[in-house]
Amino acid sequence: MSERFRADLAIIADLIPQGSRVLDLGCGNGDLLRLLREKDCTGTGVDLDPANVLECLRHGVDVIELDLDKELGEFGPDSYDFVVLSRTLQTVYKPRRVLAEMSRIAVHSIVSMPNFAHWRNRLRLLRGRMPMSKDLPFEWYDTPNLHHSSIPDLEPLFTSLGIEIDRRIPLDVDGHRLATGNIGSNLLASSVLFMLHAPR
Amino acid sequence: MRNNGGVTGPTLGIVETRIVTVFDHDDPLRMRSGATLAPVDVAYETYGTLNEAHTNAIFICHALTGDAHAAGFHEGDAKPGWWDNMIGPGRPIDTDVWFVVASNILGGCKGTTGPSSMSPASGEPYALDFPLLDMADFVEVHRALGHRLGIDRFAAVVGGSLGGMQVLQWALNYPGDMDRALIFAASSRLTAQNIAFNAVGRHAIMRDTGFNEGRFLTRGTSPSKGLSVARMMAHITYLSEEAFQEKFGRSAQEGELSPNFGIDFAVESYLEHQGQRFLSRFDPLSYLYLTRVMDYFDPFQDPQALEALRADPVRFLIMSFDTDWRFSTQHSRRIVRHLEGAHLPTSFREIASPWGHDSFLLELEQYHLSVRAFLDRAAEEIR
Repeated sequence: MSERFRADLAIIADLIPQGSRVLDLGCGNGDLLRLLREKDCTGTGVDLDPANVLECLRHGVDVIELDLDKELGEFGPDSYDFVVLSRTLQTVYKPRRVLAEMSRIAVHSIVSMPNFAHWRNRLRLLRGRMPMSKDLPFEWYDTPNLHHSSIPDLEPLFTSLGIEIDRRIPLDVDGHRLATGNIGSNLLASSVLFMLHAPR
Repeated sequence: MRNNGGVTGPTLGIVETRIVTVFDHDDPLRMRSGATLAPVDVAYETYGTLNEAHTNAIFICHALTGDAHAAGFHEGDAKPGWWDNMIGPGRPIDTDVWFVVASNILGGCKGTTGPSSMSPASGEPYALDFPLLDMADFVEVHRALGHRLGIDRFAAVVGGSLGGMQVLQWALNYPGDMDRALIFAASSRLTAQNIAFNAVGRHAIMRDTGFNEGRFLTRGTSPSKGLSVARMMAHITYLSEEAFQEKFGRSAQEGELSPNFGIDFAVESYLEHQGQRFLSRFDPLSYLYLTRVMDYFDPFQDPQALEALRADPVRFLIMSFDTDWRFSTQHSRRIVRHLEGAHLPTSFREIASPWGHDSFLLELEQYHLSVRAFLDRAAEEIR
C-alpha cells in the first residue's frame, strides 16, 4: 500500500512511533494519516482546501478546517504526541508563531521545507532567474510560498524558540533521502526534513 | 434562493407518517426531571430498506419546528418533506443505501405526544401540566423508536440546529447507539442573546390574551397573535442580513413606498406571511416547551460528560455556516474543542453560504459533498 504515497511521507511515517497521536497541519488529501493507520496511529488533519478536505472525509481521515496562522489555539496543550508540518511552513504568514503553537500542542514535531539554496536554484539565480523546481514549482506571482529559506537559515529559527533538532534529513527532488546524507546538504538537498522536540 | 424543492432527479415518491406507542402505563417514559409520562406516541417516517443485519440505519433529528416528514411527498402535496434535498435516492443521505428514520420530537405537535395531547388523568389537553422537557428526554424517545424498529445501533445520527443538539446529547449519553454523528449549525450552550430571543418569543405567546394560562384549547381561544409574532422575530434570526438584503432590499410591497403603519416594505409582507403560515402548522405550547429545552442545554457543564464517549468513541462531523448568527461558527467550534480535546475522531468544516442559519436546510454544494463523502465512507465500513 505504501508505494502509492509520496516518498517523503513514508520517511515521516517511519519516524513516528507506533500508536502515536498525530496532528498533521496542512494534511492535503490525508495520505500521511492513512499511512500512519498501519502503525495504529490516530490523529487529525488540518487543511483549508475543499478538495483535500472532501478526500479526507471520504477516506475516514478526521479533518478540521482552520487557519494555521490564526486558529491553532483551538488545540489544547500537549493534546498530541507529534505535530507534522510537511512542506507548509513556507506558506504560513508568521512561521515563528506557528512553530511556537506547534511546540505548545506537542513535544515532538516534524517539519519539512523546500531548500532555496539547492544548487539548481543557485544556478537559476546566477542566470538571473528566480528558482523553480519540483519542490518550488510556482511562478513568483502565483506561489503559495511566502517565505524562502536555506537549511542554515532555518535552524536559528528553531533555536530561538528553544526547539532542539533531533534529526536532520536532507531529501532529493523526489523526496528520497540523499545518499550523501548531511554532507553538502545545503547544496544538494532539494528539501529538508527536521525531527524536533520542544522545551518542557 | 435554492430551497427544499430545488433538487432535481428521482425522489422518494409518496411517503406516509405512521404513529407507534413507545411508552405506556406499564412502561412509562422516565424523564430527566423525575416525572414519568405515559402514553408516549411517536410519529415517524422511514425511507429505504433496512438490511438483514440491521446495520444501515440512519436517524434524523429535526429542528425546532420540524416534523417526521423529512423527505418524499405526502399524498396530494405539491411540496416535499423539509429535508428532501438531503434525503432520497442518490441524495447525500442516499436511500438506495440507507434505511432512514425520521420522527417528530417529544413535546412537538406533529403526531408525537406533546403538551396539546390528552392527559389520561384529566381527559383534557395537558397544557402547562405537561412536564418540562430535557434534551435527554428526546433521546430516550428516539432510541425507544429505534428499538421498536429493530435497530439497536445506527450507522449515523444526523441533525441541524436543535436537531444537532439532540444528536450531541444522544452521542454523549449512549455512544453505543451509533457509529457516526453529524451535527450542523448547532450549539452546546446557548448565549445570553440566544436565550433572549427565545424569551421574547415565549413572552409574545404567553402575554397574548388568548393564552389563558395555557388552557386555550379547552377555552376556545388561541394566542395566535403571539405565536405569529414569535415566529416573525425568530425568522429574522434564521437568515443573515445579506440574505434579507438580497431577497428584499428596500423594495415596496406594492407600487411605490408611501409612509404608513401597514405593510409598506416587501420584507414586512414576507414576515407577515411567515407568521400567518406558522399558525396552521405549529402549536404555541410546543413552542414554549421546546425553546426552553434549548435554553437549558449545556451538556459539557458536567465534567464527566465525555466519559462514556471516550470509552466507546463515535466519529463526528460538525459543520457550521459562515453567515449563521443564530448559532455562529463559534458555537460549533466549541463543540469541536470539547470532542477533539477528548481525543474523539472529529471533523469540522465551516461552509461559506450567504443564507445564515437556514443554510443547513439548503442545497449547498460543499455542505452536501461533505455529507456524501462522510457517509460514503460509512457505507464502505458496514459492508
